[in-house]
Amino acid sequence: MYSQGLIGADGRTEEDEAFLAAFQARIDAEEKIEPKDAMPEGYRKTLVRQIGQHAHSEIVGMLPEGNWITRAPSLRRKAALLAKVQDEGGHGLYLYSAAETLGVTREQMTEELLSGKAKYSSIFNYPTLTWADIGTIGWLVDGAAIMNQIPLCRCSYGPYARAMIRVCKEESFHQRQGYEIVMTLARGTEAQKAMAQDALNRWWWPSIMMFGPHDAESAHSEQSMAWKIKRFSNDALRQKFIDATVPQAEFLGLKVPDPDMAWDESLNDGKGGYRHGPIDWDEFWRVVKGGGVMNRDRIKARRKAWDEGAWVREAAQAHAEKRAARRAGEDAGGKVAAE
Amino acid sequence: MSDAIVTALLELADDHLVLGHRLSEWCGHAPMLEEDLALPSMGLDLIGAARVLYTRAGEIEGKGRGEDDFAYLRDERAYRNCLLVERPNGDFAQTMLRQLYFAAFMEPYWKAALGSSDAVVQGLAAKALKEVAYHIRHSAEWVIRLGDGTAESAARMAEAVVELHGYTDELFLSSEAAQAAEAAGILPGRAALRTAWEAALKPVFAEAQLDWPEKVWPQSGGRKGEHGEALGHMLAEMQVIARAHPGAVW
Ligand SMILES: [Fe+2]
Ligand SMILES: [Fe+2]
Ligand SMILES: [Fe+2]
Repeated sequence: MYSQGLIGADGRTEEDEAFLAAFQARIDAEEKIEPKDAMPEGYRKTLVRQIGQHAHSEIVGMLPEGNWITRAPSLRRKAALLAKVQDEGGHGLYLYSAAETLGVTREQMTEELLSGKAKYSSIFNYPTLTWADIGTIGWLVDGAAIMNQIPLCRCSYGPYARAMIRVCKEESFHQRQGYEIVMTLARGTEAQKAMAQDALNRWWWPSIMMFGPHDAESAHSEQSMAWKIKRFSNDALRQKFIDATVPQAEFLGLKVPDPDMAWDESLNDGKGGYRHGPIDWDEFWRVVKGGGVMNRDRIKARRKAWDEGAWVREAAQAHAEKRAARRAGEDAGGKVAAE
Repeated sequence: MSDAIVTALLELADDHLVLGHRLSEWCGHAPMLEEDLALPSMGLDLIGAARVLYTRAGEIEGKGRGEDDFAYLRDERAYRNCLLVERPNGDFAQTMLRQLYFAAFMEPYWKAALGSSDAVVQGLAAKALKEVAYHIRHSAEWVIRLGDGTAESAARMAEAVVELHGYTDELFLSSEAAQAAEAAGILPGRAALRTAWEAALKPVFAEAQLDWPEKVWPQSGGRKGEHGEALGHMLAEMQVIARAHPGAVW
Protein backbone atom coordinates (compact mmCIF):
# COMPACT_ATOMS: atom_id res chain seq x y z
CA MET A 1 0.00 0.00 0.00
CA TYR A 2 2.52 2.63 1.00
CA SER A 3 6.08 2.78 2.09
CA GLN A 4 6.85 4.90 5.10
CA GLY A 5 9.36 6.75 3.00
CA LEU A 6 12.83 7.38 4.10
CA ILE A 7 13.07 6.80 7.79
CA GLY A 8 16.65 5.98 8.52
CA ALA A 9 17.63 6.06 4.86
CA ASP A 10 21.28 6.75 4.42
CA GLY A 11 21.63 8.86 1.28
CA ARG A 12 25.33 9.64 1.68
CA THR A 13 27.57 9.09 -1.32
CA GLU A 14 31.33 8.95 -1.77
CA GLU A 15 31.56 9.51 -5.52
CA ASP A 16 33.58 12.44 -6.90
CA GLU A 17 32.05 15.80 -7.76
CA ALA A 18 32.11 15.36 -11.54
CA PHE A 19 30.30 12.04 -11.35
CA LEU A 20 27.66 13.39 -9.03
CA ALA A 21 27.18 16.53 -11.12
CA ALA A 22 26.74 14.50 -14.30
CA PHE A 23 24.24 12.25 -12.55
CA GLN A 24 22.36 15.23 -11.18
CA ALA A 25 22.26 16.76 -14.66
CA ARG A 26 20.52 13.65 -15.98
CA ILE A 27 18.01 13.83 -13.12
CA ASP A 28 17.42 17.53 -13.73
CA ALA A 29 16.79 16.80 -17.41
CA GLU A 30 14.06 14.35 -16.26
CA GLU A 31 15.93 11.42 -17.77
CA LYS A 32 14.93 8.06 -16.33
CA ILE A 33 17.71 6.13 -14.60
CA GLU A 34 17.73 2.47 -15.66
CA PRO A 35 19.22 -0.59 -13.90
CA LYS A 36 22.42 -0.73 -15.97
CA ASP A 37 23.17 3.00 -15.62
CA ALA A 38 25.91 4.22 -13.31
CA MET A 39 24.37 5.71 -10.18
CA PRO A 40 25.64 7.02 -6.86
CA GLU A 41 25.71 4.35 -4.18
CA GLY A 42 23.54 6.55 -1.98
CA TYR A 43 20.89 6.75 -4.72
CA ARG A 44 20.91 2.98 -5.09
CA LYS A 45 20.74 2.37 -1.33
CA THR A 46 17.95 4.89 -0.85
CA LEU A 47 15.91 3.22 -3.55
CA VAL A 48 16.57 -0.31 -2.28
CA ARG A 49 15.38 0.75 1.12
CA GLN A 50 12.35 2.64 -0.12
CA ILE A 51 11.20 0.07 -2.67
CA GLY A 52 11.87 -2.73 -0.16
CA GLN A 53 9.82 -0.96 2.52
CA HIS A 54 7.09 -0.40 0.00
CA ALA A 55 7.08 -4.07 -1.05
CA HIS A 56 7.03 -5.22 2.59
CA SER A 57 4.13 -2.85 3.24
CA GLU A 58 2.13 -4.50 0.48
CA ILE A 59 2.84 -7.95 1.90
CA VAL A 60 2.23 -7.13 5.55
CA GLY A 61 -0.77 -5.10 4.40
CA MET A 62 -2.41 -8.32 3.24
CA LEU A 63 -2.81 -9.38 6.88
CA PRO A 64 -5.16 -6.78 8.39
CA GLU A 65 -7.57 -6.99 5.48
CA GLY A 66 -7.07 -10.72 5.08
CA ASN A 67 -8.39 -10.93 8.63
CA TRP A 68 -11.89 -10.27 7.22
CA ILE A 69 -11.96 -12.36 4.05
CA THR A 70 -13.57 -15.32 5.80
CA ARG A 71 -16.17 -13.09 7.50
CA ALA A 72 -17.12 -10.72 4.67
CA PRO A 73 -20.89 -10.23 5.02
CA SER A 74 -21.93 -10.86 1.41
CA LEU A 75 -20.56 -12.90 -1.47
CA ARG A 76 -20.01 -9.79 -3.55
CA ARG A 77 -17.93 -8.22 -0.75
CA LYS A 78 -16.10 -11.46 -0.12
CA ALA A 79 -15.02 -11.76 -3.74
CA ALA A 80 -14.03 -8.08 -3.92
CA LEU A 81 -11.98 -8.27 -0.73
CA LEU A 82 -10.25 -11.47 -1.78
CA ALA A 83 -9.38 -9.84 -5.10
CA LYS A 84 -8.14 -6.72 -3.32
CA VAL A 85 -5.85 -8.60 -0.97
CA GLN A 86 -4.59 -10.58 -3.94
CA ASP A 87 -3.84 -7.28 -5.73
CA GLU A 88 -1.74 -6.18 -2.75
CA GLY A 89 0.28 -9.40 -3.07
CA GLY A 90 0.73 -8.59 -6.75
CA HIS A 91 1.99 -5.11 -5.84
CA GLY A 92 4.49 -6.74 -3.50
CA LEU A 93 5.66 -8.95 -6.33
CA TYR A 94 6.22 -6.10 -8.83
CA LEU A 95 7.99 -4.05 -6.20
CA TYR A 96 10.31 -6.87 -5.15
CA SER A 97 11.12 -7.27 -8.84
CA ALA A 98 11.83 -3.54 -9.15
CA ALA A 99 14.13 -3.72 -6.10
CA GLU A 100 15.88 -6.78 -7.55
CA THR A 101 17.02 -4.64 -10.51
CA LEU A 102 19.19 -2.81 -7.95
CA GLY A 103 21.09 -5.93 -6.94
CA VAL A 104 19.22 -7.30 -3.92
CA THR A 105 17.28 -10.55 -3.89
CA ARG A 106 13.74 -11.15 -2.72
CA GLU A 107 15.14 -13.67 -0.20
CA GLN A 108 17.44 -11.04 1.31
CA MET A 109 14.60 -8.58 1.57
CA THR A 110 12.30 -11.21 3.09
CA GLU A 111 14.92 -12.08 5.69
CA GLU A 112 15.23 -8.42 6.61
CA LEU A 113 11.48 -8.17 7.05
CA LEU A 114 11.28 -11.31 9.17
CA SER A 115 14.21 -10.32 11.35
CA GLY A 116 12.61 -6.94 12.01
CA LYS A 117 15.48 -5.10 10.33
CA ALA A 118 13.40 -3.77 7.46
CA LYS A 119 10.47 -1.48 8.13
CA TYR A 120 7.03 -1.41 6.59
CA SER A 121 4.23 1.12 6.82
CA SER A 122 3.23 1.41 10.46
CA ILE A 123 -0.46 1.71 9.52
CA PHE A 124 -0.57 -2.08 9.28
CA ASN A 125 0.30 -2.42 12.94
CA TYR A 126 -3.24 -1.42 13.85
CA PRO A 127 -5.88 -4.14 14.17
CA THR A 128 -8.99 -4.55 11.99
CA LEU A 129 -11.81 -4.90 14.49
CA THR A 130 -15.00 -4.66 12.45
CA TRP A 131 -16.19 -5.01 8.88
CA ALA A 132 -16.24 -1.19 8.65
CA ASP A 133 -12.46 -1.25 9.01
CA ILE A 134 -12.29 -2.89 5.59
CA GLY A 135 -14.14 -0.01 3.95
CA THR A 136 -12.23 2.56 5.94
CA ILE A 137 -8.85 1.10 5.07
CA GLY A 138 -9.74 1.20 1.38
CA TRP A 139 -10.98 4.76 1.65
CA LEU A 140 -8.26 6.25 3.87
CA VAL A 141 -5.23 3.97 3.69
CA ASP A 142 -5.39 3.22 -0.03
CA GLY A 143 -6.39 6.88 -0.44
CA ALA A 144 -3.28 8.08 1.39
CA ALA A 145 -1.21 5.57 -0.55
CA ILE A 146 -2.42 7.07 -3.82
CA MET A 147 -1.47 10.58 -2.71
CA ASN A 148 2.01 9.31 -1.99
CA GLN A 149 2.34 7.12 -5.03
CA ILE A 150 1.02 9.23 -7.88
CA PRO A 151 4.18 11.38 -7.69
CA LEU A 152 6.23 8.15 -7.60
CA CYS A 153 4.94 7.34 -11.09
CA ARG A 154 7.38 10.11 -12.15
CA CYS A 155 10.20 8.89 -9.90
CA SER A 156 13.62 9.18 -11.55
CA TYR A 157 14.25 5.43 -11.29
CA GLY A 158 12.58 3.83 -14.32
CA PRO A 159 11.61 0.39 -12.97
CA TYR A 160 10.07 1.91 -9.82
CA ALA A 161 8.18 4.56 -11.79
CA ARG A 162 6.78 1.93 -14.16
CA ALA A 163 5.74 -0.41 -11.33
CA MET A 164 3.97 2.52 -9.65
CA ILE A 165 1.90 3.32 -12.73
CA ARG A 166 0.37 -0.14 -12.63
CA VAL A 167 0.02 -0.14 -8.84
CA CYS A 168 -1.66 3.29 -8.77
CA LYS A 169 -4.41 2.19 -11.14
CA GLU A 170 -5.30 -0.66 -8.79
CA GLU A 171 -4.97 1.46 -5.64
CA SER A 172 -7.45 4.00 -6.93
CA PHE A 173 -9.87 1.19 -7.65
CA HIS A 174 -9.35 0.00 -4.04
CA GLN A 175 -9.98 3.50 -2.75
CA ARG A 176 -13.29 3.85 -4.61
CA GLN A 177 -14.35 0.39 -3.51
CA GLY A 178 -13.51 1.20 0.13
CA TYR A 179 -15.41 4.46 0.00
CA GLU A 180 -18.39 2.62 -1.45
CA ILE A 181 -18.33 0.13 1.46
CA VAL A 182 -18.30 2.99 3.96
CA MET A 183 -21.09 4.76 2.07
CA THR A 184 -23.24 1.63 2.21
CA LEU A 185 -22.68 1.46 5.98
CA ALA A 186 -23.31 5.17 6.46
CA ARG A 187 -26.66 4.76 4.73
CA GLY A 188 -27.46 1.53 6.55
CA THR A 189 -28.84 0.62 9.97
CA GLU A 190 -27.93 2.52 13.14
CA ALA A 191 -25.49 -0.25 14.04
CA GLN A 192 -23.82 0.02 10.64
CA LYS A 193 -23.54 3.81 10.91
CA ALA A 194 -21.98 3.48 14.35
CA MET A 195 -19.57 0.90 12.97
CA ALA A 196 -18.51 3.30 10.20
CA GLN A 197 -17.96 6.20 12.62
CA ASP A 198 -16.01 3.99 15.01
CA ALA A 199 -13.74 2.84 12.20
CA LEU A 200 -13.11 6.42 11.08
CA ASN A 201 -12.30 7.36 14.69
CA ARG A 202 -9.68 4.65 14.90
CA TRP A 203 -8.12 4.98 11.40
CA TRP A 204 -8.09 8.74 10.90
CA TRP A 205 -4.97 9.64 12.87
CA PRO A 206 -2.89 6.65 11.79
CA SER A 207 -3.79 7.52 8.17
CA ILE A 208 -2.66 11.12 8.64
CA MET A 209 0.59 9.78 10.11
CA MET A 210 1.20 7.69 6.99
CA PHE A 211 2.71 10.75 5.33
CA GLY A 212 5.56 10.66 7.81
CA PRO A 213 7.02 13.30 10.14
CA HIS A 214 6.62 17.03 9.55
CA ASP A 215 9.03 18.40 6.95
CA ALA A 216 11.14 20.14 9.59
CA GLU A 217 11.80 16.78 11.29
CA SER A 218 12.14 14.70 8.15
CA ALA A 219 15.81 13.82 7.77
CA HIS A 220 17.03 12.71 4.32
CA SER A 221 14.04 14.26 2.54
CA GLU A 222 16.09 16.95 0.80
CA GLN A 223 18.50 14.58 -0.95
CA SER A 224 15.57 12.42 -2.10
CA MET A 225 13.85 15.49 -3.49
CA ALA A 226 17.00 16.49 -5.37
CA TRP A 227 17.25 13.00 -6.85
CA LYS A 228 13.55 13.11 -7.74
CA ILE A 229 12.84 9.95 -5.83
CA LYS A 230 10.50 12.06 -3.80
CA ARG A 231 8.67 14.97 -5.43
CA PHE A 232 6.50 16.50 -2.74
CA SER A 233 7.13 17.04 0.94
CA ASN A 234 5.37 15.00 3.63
CA ASP A 235 3.34 17.96 4.81
CA ALA A 236 2.28 18.98 1.29
CA LEU A 237 0.99 15.47 0.59
CA ARG A 238 -0.71 15.25 3.98
CA GLN A 239 -2.49 18.54 3.33
CA LYS A 240 -3.63 17.34 -0.08
CA PHE A 241 -5.03 14.18 1.46
CA ILE A 242 -6.88 16.03 4.21
CA ASP A 243 -8.36 18.52 1.77
CA ALA A 244 -9.65 15.68 -0.39
CA THR A 245 -10.91 13.53 2.47
CA VAL A 246 -12.69 15.89 4.85
CA PRO A 247 -15.45 16.73 2.32
CA GLN A 248 -15.87 13.00 1.61
CA ALA A 249 -16.47 12.35 5.31
CA GLU A 250 -18.95 15.22 5.44
CA PHE A 251 -20.78 13.82 2.44
CA LEU A 252 -21.16 10.52 4.32
CA GLY A 253 -22.41 12.27 7.45
CA LEU A 254 -19.36 11.07 9.38
CA LYS A 255 -17.23 13.18 11.66
CA VAL A 256 -13.46 13.36 11.36
CA PRO A 257 -12.19 12.85 14.95
CA ASP A 258 -10.16 16.06 15.12
CA PRO A 259 -11.81 18.78 17.24
CA ASP A 260 -9.37 21.37 15.85
CA MET A 261 -10.11 20.64 12.21
CA ALA A 262 -11.21 23.89 10.58
CA TRP A 263 -11.21 25.62 7.21
CA ASP A 264 -8.34 28.07 6.98
CA GLU A 265 -8.23 30.59 4.12
CA SER A 266 -4.49 31.10 4.50
CA LEU A 267 -3.54 27.49 3.65
CA ASN A 268 -2.47 26.32 0.18
CA ASP A 269 -1.10 29.73 -0.85
CA GLY A 270 -4.30 31.52 0.00
CA LYS A 271 -6.58 29.04 -1.78
CA GLY A 272 -7.69 27.72 1.58
CA GLY A 273 -7.58 24.28 3.14
CA TYR A 274 -8.43 22.30 6.26
CA ARG A 275 -6.11 22.97 9.17
CA HIS A 276 -5.64 19.87 11.33
CA GLY A 277 -4.95 19.63 15.05
CA PRO A 278 -1.69 18.37 16.59
CA ILE A 279 -0.56 14.88 15.61
CA ASP A 280 0.53 12.50 18.36
CA TRP A 281 4.06 11.88 17.15
CA ASP A 282 4.91 9.86 20.24
CA GLU A 283 2.38 7.30 19.13
CA PHE A 284 3.76 7.40 15.59
CA TRP A 285 7.33 6.68 16.71
CA ARG A 286 6.20 4.06 19.20
CA VAL A 287 4.42 2.12 16.43
CA VAL A 288 7.25 2.65 13.91
CA LYS A 289 9.73 1.29 16.44
CA GLY A 290 7.71 -1.84 17.11
CA GLY A 291 5.42 -0.86 19.98
CA GLY A 292 2.06 -0.92 18.19
CA VAL A 293 -0.70 -3.36 19.14
CA MET A 294 -0.10 -5.59 16.15
CA ASN A 295 3.65 -5.24 15.37
CA ARG A 296 4.60 -8.54 16.94
CA ASP A 297 1.60 -10.41 15.55
CA ARG A 298 2.20 -9.17 12.02
CA ILE A 299 5.81 -10.34 11.95
CA LYS A 300 4.88 -13.60 13.67
CA ALA A 301 2.25 -14.27 10.99
CA ARG A 302 4.75 -13.61 8.20
CA ARG A 303 7.38 -15.76 9.88
CA LYS A 304 4.89 -18.59 10.42
CA ALA A 305 3.88 -18.60 6.75
CA TRP A 306 7.54 -18.53 5.74
CA ASP A 307 8.68 -21.26 8.16
CA GLU A 308 5.72 -23.53 7.50
CA GLY A 309 6.23 -23.10 3.78
CA ALA A 310 9.92 -24.01 3.91
CA TRP A 311 9.34 -27.68 3.08
CA VAL A 312 7.23 -26.66 0.06
CA ARG A 313 9.91 -24.36 -1.31
CA GLU A 314 12.60 -26.98 -0.67
CA ALA A 315 10.54 -29.62 -2.45
CA ALA A 316 10.03 -27.34 -5.46
CA GLN A 317 13.78 -26.74 -5.60
CA ALA A 318 14.59 -30.45 -5.22
CA HIS A 319 12.10 -31.38 -7.91
CA ALA A 320 13.47 -28.79 -10.32
CA GLU A 321 16.99 -30.16 -9.76
CA LYS A 322 15.86 -33.76 -10.31
CA ARG A 323 14.13 -32.71 -13.50
CA ALA A 324 17.17 -30.86 -14.77
CA ALA A 325 19.39 -33.85 -13.95
CA ARG A 326 17.03 -36.22 -15.76
CA ARG A 327 16.90 -33.95 -18.77
CA ALA A 328 20.70 -33.72 -18.83
CA GLY A 329 20.83 -37.53 -18.58
CA GLU A 330 18.39 -37.92 -21.44
CA ASP A 331 20.34 -35.45 -23.59
CA ALA A 332 23.59 -37.29 -22.93
CA GLY A 333 21.85 -40.62 -23.62
CA GLY A 334 20.40 -39.23 -26.83
CA LYS A 335 23.82 -38.15 -28.02
CA VAL A 336 25.35 -41.54 -27.31
CA ALA A 337 22.52 -43.26 -29.18
CA ALA A 338 23.01 -40.95 -32.16
CA GLU A 339 26.74 -41.58 -32.40
CA MET B 1 -39.74 -30.99 -9.98
CA SER B 2 -38.46 -27.44 -9.70
CA ASP B 3 -37.68 -28.15 -6.02
CA ALA B 4 -35.34 -30.89 -7.12
CA ILE B 5 -33.67 -28.64 -9.67
CA VAL B 6 -33.14 -25.98 -7.01
CA THR B 7 -31.63 -28.56 -4.65
CA ALA B 8 -29.34 -29.90 -7.37
CA LEU B 9 -28.11 -26.41 -8.20
CA LEU B 10 -27.51 -25.73 -4.52
CA GLU B 11 -25.45 -28.92 -4.19
CA LEU B 12 -23.18 -27.71 -6.96
CA ALA B 13 -23.12 -24.12 -5.67
CA ASP B 14 -22.25 -25.27 -2.14
CA ASP B 15 -19.34 -27.37 -3.47
CA HIS B 16 -17.95 -24.24 -5.11
CA LEU B 17 -18.51 -21.82 -2.27
CA VAL B 18 -17.14 -24.12 0.42
CA LEU B 19 -14.01 -24.95 -1.56
CA GLY B 20 -13.58 -21.31 -2.59
CA HIS B 21 -13.84 -20.27 1.06
CA ARG B 22 -11.27 -22.88 2.06
CA LEU B 23 -8.82 -21.53 -0.53
CA SER B 24 -9.44 -17.98 0.64
CA GLU B 25 -8.27 -19.01 4.12
CA TRP B 26 -4.75 -19.29 2.68
CA CYS B 27 -4.60 -15.71 1.44
CA GLY B 28 -1.59 -14.02 3.03
CA HIS B 29 -0.32 -17.24 4.62
CA ALA B 30 0.86 -19.28 1.63
CA PRO B 31 4.34 -20.83 1.37
CA MET B 32 5.40 -18.26 -1.22
CA LEU B 33 4.12 -15.03 -2.67
CA GLU B 34 3.23 -16.65 -5.99
CA GLU B 35 0.83 -18.95 -4.11
CA ASP B 36 -0.62 -15.98 -2.24
CA LEU B 37 -1.78 -14.94 -5.70
CA ALA B 38 -2.64 -18.35 -7.17
CA LEU B 39 -4.80 -19.67 -4.31
CA PRO B 40 -7.10 -16.61 -4.18
CA SER B 41 -7.28 -16.68 -7.94
CA MET B 42 -8.71 -20.22 -7.87
CA GLY B 43 -10.88 -19.27 -4.90
CA LEU B 44 -12.32 -16.33 -6.85
CA ASP B 45 -13.21 -18.60 -9.78
CA LEU B 46 -15.03 -20.98 -7.46
CA ILE B 47 -16.88 -18.28 -5.52
CA GLY B 48 -17.85 -16.69 -8.83
CA ALA B 49 -19.36 -19.96 -10.04
CA ALA B 50 -21.20 -20.38 -6.73
CA ARG B 51 -22.75 -16.93 -7.09
CA VAL B 52 -24.09 -17.73 -10.57
CA LEU B 53 -25.55 -21.03 -9.36
CA TYR B 54 -27.17 -19.57 -6.22
CA THR B 55 -28.72 -16.78 -8.22
CA ARG B 56 -30.06 -19.25 -10.76
CA ALA B 57 -31.42 -21.50 -8.00
CA GLY B 58 -33.20 -18.48 -6.50
CA GLU B 59 -34.77 -17.56 -9.82
CA ILE B 60 -36.07 -21.08 -10.38
CA GLU B 61 -37.29 -21.31 -6.80
CA GLY B 62 -39.18 -18.03 -7.24
CA LYS B 63 -39.41 -17.13 -3.56
CA GLY B 64 -37.20 -14.09 -3.73
CA ARG B 65 -34.10 -15.73 -2.25
CA GLY B 66 -30.79 -14.51 -3.64
CA GLU B 67 -27.17 -15.64 -3.45
CA ASP B 68 -26.58 -14.26 0.04
CA ASP B 69 -29.73 -15.82 1.47
CA PHE B 70 -28.46 -19.22 0.39
CA ALA B 71 -24.86 -18.61 1.43
CA TYR B 72 -25.37 -16.85 4.75
CA LEU B 73 -28.72 -17.97 6.12
CA ARG B 74 -28.59 -21.75 5.86
CA ASP B 75 -26.98 -23.79 8.61
CA GLU B 76 -24.80 -26.83 8.13
CA ARG B 77 -27.68 -29.31 7.95
CA ALA B 78 -29.04 -27.37 4.98
CA TYR B 79 -25.69 -27.18 3.17
CA ARG B 80 -25.48 -29.82 0.45
CA ASN B 81 -21.77 -29.81 -0.49
CA CYS B 82 -19.81 -33.03 -0.76
CA LEU B 83 -17.47 -33.82 2.12
CA LEU B 84 -14.26 -33.47 0.11
CA VAL B 85 -14.56 -29.69 -0.28
CA GLU B 86 -15.20 -28.97 3.40
CA ARG B 87 -12.08 -30.81 4.58
CA PRO B 88 -9.84 -28.37 6.43
CA ASN B 89 -6.90 -27.07 4.41
CA GLY B 90 -4.36 -29.21 6.27
CA ASP B 91 -0.92 -28.59 4.84
CA PHE B 92 -0.15 -27.36 1.34
CA ALA B 93 0.01 -30.96 0.05
CA GLN B 94 -3.54 -31.65 1.22
CA THR B 95 -4.83 -28.37 -0.19
CA MET B 96 -3.33 -29.11 -3.59
CA LEU B 97 -4.49 -32.71 -3.73
CA ARG B 98 -8.03 -31.73 -2.70
CA GLN B 99 -7.96 -29.16 -5.50
CA LEU B 100 -6.75 -31.66 -8.04
CA TYR B 101 -9.37 -34.24 -7.05
CA PHE B 102 -12.14 -31.68 -7.38
CA ALA B 103 -10.90 -29.95 -10.53
CA ALA B 104 -10.25 -33.23 -12.32
CA PHE B 105 -13.87 -34.13 -11.61
CA MET B 106 -15.30 -30.76 -12.62
CA GLU B 107 -13.52 -30.70 -15.95
CA PRO B 108 -15.52 -33.54 -17.54
CA TYR B 109 -18.57 -32.36 -15.60
CA TRP B 110 -18.47 -28.87 -17.11
CA LYS B 111 -17.70 -30.34 -20.50
CA ALA B 112 -20.89 -32.38 -20.29
CA ALA B 113 -22.75 -29.32 -18.96
CA LEU B 114 -22.00 -27.44 -22.18
CA GLY B 115 -25.05 -29.30 -23.48
CA SER B 116 -27.30 -28.18 -20.61
CA SER B 117 -30.85 -27.22 -21.45
CA ASP B 118 -30.47 -24.31 -19.01
CA ALA B 119 -28.79 -21.33 -20.65
CA VAL B 120 -27.26 -20.11 -17.38
CA VAL B 121 -25.68 -23.47 -16.63
CA GLN B 122 -24.48 -23.70 -20.21
CA GLY B 123 -22.88 -20.25 -20.06
CA LEU B 124 -21.26 -21.00 -16.73
CA ALA B 125 -19.90 -24.31 -18.04
CA ALA B 126 -18.10 -22.55 -20.89
CA LYS B 127 -16.46 -20.08 -18.51
CA ALA B 128 -15.69 -22.62 -15.79
CA LEU B 129 -14.11 -25.01 -18.26
CA LYS B 130 -11.36 -22.50 -19.01
CA GLU B 131 -10.82 -21.83 -15.31
CA VAL B 132 -10.74 -25.46 -14.29
CA ALA B 133 -8.07 -26.24 -16.87
CA TYR B 134 -5.79 -23.86 -14.96
CA HIS B 135 -6.80 -25.36 -11.61
CA ILE B 136 -5.86 -28.83 -12.83
CA ARG B 137 -2.57 -27.68 -14.28
CA HIS B 138 -1.61 -25.74 -11.19
CA SER B 139 -2.59 -28.36 -8.64
CA ALA B 140 -1.20 -31.27 -10.68
CA GLU B 141 2.15 -29.50 -10.99
CA TRP B 142 2.29 -29.16 -7.23
CA VAL B 143 1.25 -32.74 -6.58
CA ILE B 144 4.09 -33.84 -8.86
CA ARG B 145 6.64 -31.43 -7.34
CA LEU B 146 5.78 -32.46 -3.82
CA GLY B 147 5.41 -36.17 -4.55
CA ASP B 148 8.75 -36.20 -6.33
CA GLY B 149 10.52 -33.55 -4.27
CA THR B 150 12.17 -34.19 -0.91
CA ALA B 151 11.62 -37.11 1.46
CA GLU B 152 9.50 -34.87 3.65
CA SER B 153 7.31 -33.58 0.84
CA ALA B 154 6.84 -37.12 -0.51
CA ALA B 155 5.73 -38.33 2.92
CA ARG B 156 3.31 -35.41 3.25
CA MET B 157 1.91 -36.03 -0.22
CA ALA B 158 1.38 -39.73 0.53
CA GLU B 159 -0.33 -38.74 3.77
CA ALA B 160 -2.60 -36.36 1.83
CA VAL B 161 -3.75 -39.28 -0.32
CA VAL B 162 -4.58 -41.31 2.80
CA GLU B 163 -6.37 -38.31 4.25
CA LEU B 164 -8.48 -37.41 1.23
CA HIS B 165 -8.97 -40.29 -1.17
CA GLY B 166 -11.92 -41.71 0.75
CA TYR B 167 -13.87 -38.52 0.10
CA THR B 168 -13.62 -38.72 -3.68
CA ASP B 169 -16.24 -41.44 -4.11
CA GLU B 170 -19.02 -39.01 -3.23
CA LEU B 171 -18.18 -36.93 -6.31
CA PHE B 172 -19.64 -39.70 -8.46
CA LEU B 173 -22.89 -40.17 -6.52
CA SER B 174 -26.02 -38.40 -7.74
CA SER B 175 -28.68 -37.49 -5.18
CA GLU B 176 -32.33 -37.86 -6.17
CA ALA B 177 -32.34 -34.15 -6.89
CA ALA B 178 -29.29 -34.46 -9.11
CA GLN B 179 -30.93 -37.36 -10.95
CA ALA B 180 -33.99 -35.20 -11.59
CA ALA B 181 -31.77 -32.39 -12.88
CA GLU B 182 -30.03 -34.92 -15.13
CA ALA B 183 -33.35 -36.23 -16.43
CA ALA B 184 -34.39 -32.64 -17.20
CA GLY B 185 -31.15 -32.15 -19.14
CA ILE B 186 -30.01 -29.36 -16.82
CA LEU B 187 -27.04 -30.97 -15.07
CA PRO B 188 -24.85 -33.88 -16.19
CA GLY B 189 -24.80 -37.31 -14.58
CA ARG B 190 -21.92 -38.04 -12.25
CA ALA B 191 -21.26 -41.79 -12.26
CA ALA B 192 -20.13 -41.82 -15.89
CA LEU B 193 -17.35 -39.31 -15.19
CA ARG B 194 -15.23 -41.70 -13.14
CA THR B 195 -13.32 -43.02 -16.15
CA ALA B 196 -12.30 -39.54 -17.27
CA TRP B 197 -11.37 -38.59 -13.70
CA GLU B 198 -9.15 -41.63 -13.20
CA ALA B 199 -7.59 -41.17 -16.63
CA ALA B 200 -6.64 -37.60 -15.69
CA LEU B 201 -5.31 -38.48 -12.27
CA LYS B 202 -3.41 -41.74 -12.72
CA PRO B 203 -0.62 -40.27 -14.89
CA VAL B 204 -0.20 -37.45 -12.35
CA PHE B 205 0.08 -40.00 -9.54
CA ALA B 206 2.62 -41.97 -11.55
CA GLU B 207 4.73 -38.88 -12.18
CA ALA B 208 4.42 -37.90 -8.53
CA GLN B 209 5.52 -41.41 -7.54
CA LEU B 210 2.33 -41.85 -5.54
CA ASP B 211 0.54 -45.17 -5.24
CA TRP B 212 -3.04 -45.18 -6.41
CA PRO B 213 -4.94 -46.34 -3.32
CA GLU B 214 -6.77 -49.59 -3.90
CA LYS B 215 -8.58 -49.95 -0.62
CA VAL B 216 -10.34 -46.96 0.88
CA TRP B 217 -13.43 -46.49 3.03
CA PRO B 218 -15.64 -44.26 0.96
CA GLN B 219 -17.26 -41.41 2.89
CA SER B 220 -20.44 -39.63 1.87
CA GLY B 221 -23.41 -37.83 3.37
CA GLY B 222 -22.91 -34.21 2.34
CA ARG B 223 -25.80 -34.28 -0.14
CA LYS B 224 -28.10 -35.18 2.77
CA GLY B 225 -26.65 -32.47 4.98
CA GLU B 226 -24.66 -35.03 6.98
CA HIS B 227 -21.28 -33.36 7.22
CA GLY B 228 -18.10 -33.70 9.20
CA GLU B 229 -17.55 -31.44 12.18
CA ALA B 230 -15.40 -28.90 10.34
CA LEU B 231 -18.15 -27.37 8.20
CA GLY B 232 -20.10 -25.93 11.13
CA HIS B 233 -17.06 -23.98 12.27
CA MET B 234 -16.40 -22.72 8.78
CA LEU B 235 -20.00 -21.53 8.41
CA ALA B 236 -20.03 -19.98 11.89
CA GLU B 237 -17.12 -17.80 10.88
CA MET B 238 -18.38 -17.10 7.39
CA GLN B 239 -21.90 -16.15 8.46
CA VAL B 240 -21.26 -14.30 11.72
CA ILE B 241 -21.56 -10.69 10.52
CA ALA B 242 -24.39 -11.30 8.10
CA ARG B 243 -26.39 -13.08 10.81
CA ALA B 244 -25.65 -10.52 13.52
CA HIS B 245 -27.36 -7.82 11.43
CA PRO B 246 -30.57 -9.33 10.05
CA GLY B 247 -31.84 -7.51 6.99
CA ALA B 248 -28.83 -5.20 6.71
CA VAL B 249 -27.43 -4.37 3.28
CA TRP B 250 -23.64 -4.52 2.87
FE1 LIG C 1 -1.10 -2.05 -2.85
FE1 LIG D 1 0.90 0.53 -2.05
FE1 LIG E 1 -4.50 -1.23 -2.26
